[in-house]
Amino acid sequence: MVRAALLVTNALFCLGVYGLLTRRNAIGLLLSIELILNAAAVNFVLFGTLRGAVEGHSFALFIIALAACEAVAALAVILALARAARTITVDHMNLLKG
Amino acid sequence: MQIIDAIRLIVFGLLSALVLVGAVWVATLKNLFRAALSLGLVLVGISGLFLLMGAEFLAFVQILVYVGAILTMVIFAIMLTGRLQTTPDEPLPGSRAIAGVASLALFVILSAATAGIEWPSLDGGEPITVAAIGQQMVTTLVLPFEVVSLIFVAVMIGAMVIAGDRGRGSTR
Repeated sequence: MVRAALLVTNALFCLGVYGLLTRRNAIGLLLSIELILNAAAVNFVLFGTLRGAVEGHSFALFIIALAACEAVAALAVILALARAARTITVDHMNLLKG
Repeated sequence: MQIIDAIRLIVFGLLSALVLVGAVWVATLKNLFRAALSLGLVLVGISGLFLLMGAEFLAFVQILVYVGAILTMVIFAIMLTGRLQTTPDEPLPGSRAIAGVASLALFVILSAATAGIEWPSLDGGEPITVAAIGQQMVTTLVLPFEVVSLIFVAVMIGAMVIAGDRGRGSTR
């Protein structure tokens, strides 16, 4: 079961990478990042439980907390960009271009 | 004992299928709102996996923070920017194949790296209690804990400054 769980988290991570590479909408990118973070959190919990190490669970907790922070910051930037540049497609964000 | 193991395996299979199908939808659905709802599916499945691995506290935190807060916020953002999402989120032509090959290669590498290792059984060790996590948070991990609090404050203020209107009045 441990090996199967590792395969599942690997697949989750790679689906997140695929989403990061193909999505063009900024919010879609954020969703893919959440997939990657979740894959990491599941691995932390898995190894923590395997080794009887509390650190695994604690760091999964930190991952969840930091994911919340990251989502807040990203959505604030996206909303500000939607107001300033009138787009949330990352290809069209060229405000810094001379 | 064998029946319990079999049931655990079946539940694990169902939850994994839920997580993987949801993740495929998150990565590929053109309608962003549906992708966000599939993320909810993935998060609930992962919380089930946490329960299965004996991390009850984390399972509840996952539901509370991820499904309750983050997902709600993402859906809010999708609705607030709905005006700008006139076209579906279609990948650039050709990027789908390249991204598929790249992420598949990554999957193969990661799986090959972990395939040969013998792991101990999942339910062999001592169960990890909430009390142990809490105790560690205020002893060994007190510095990361405080840093996370600092980051929370910084992000809160930063988000208000960035997303706020700063008294110019609404531009919509």
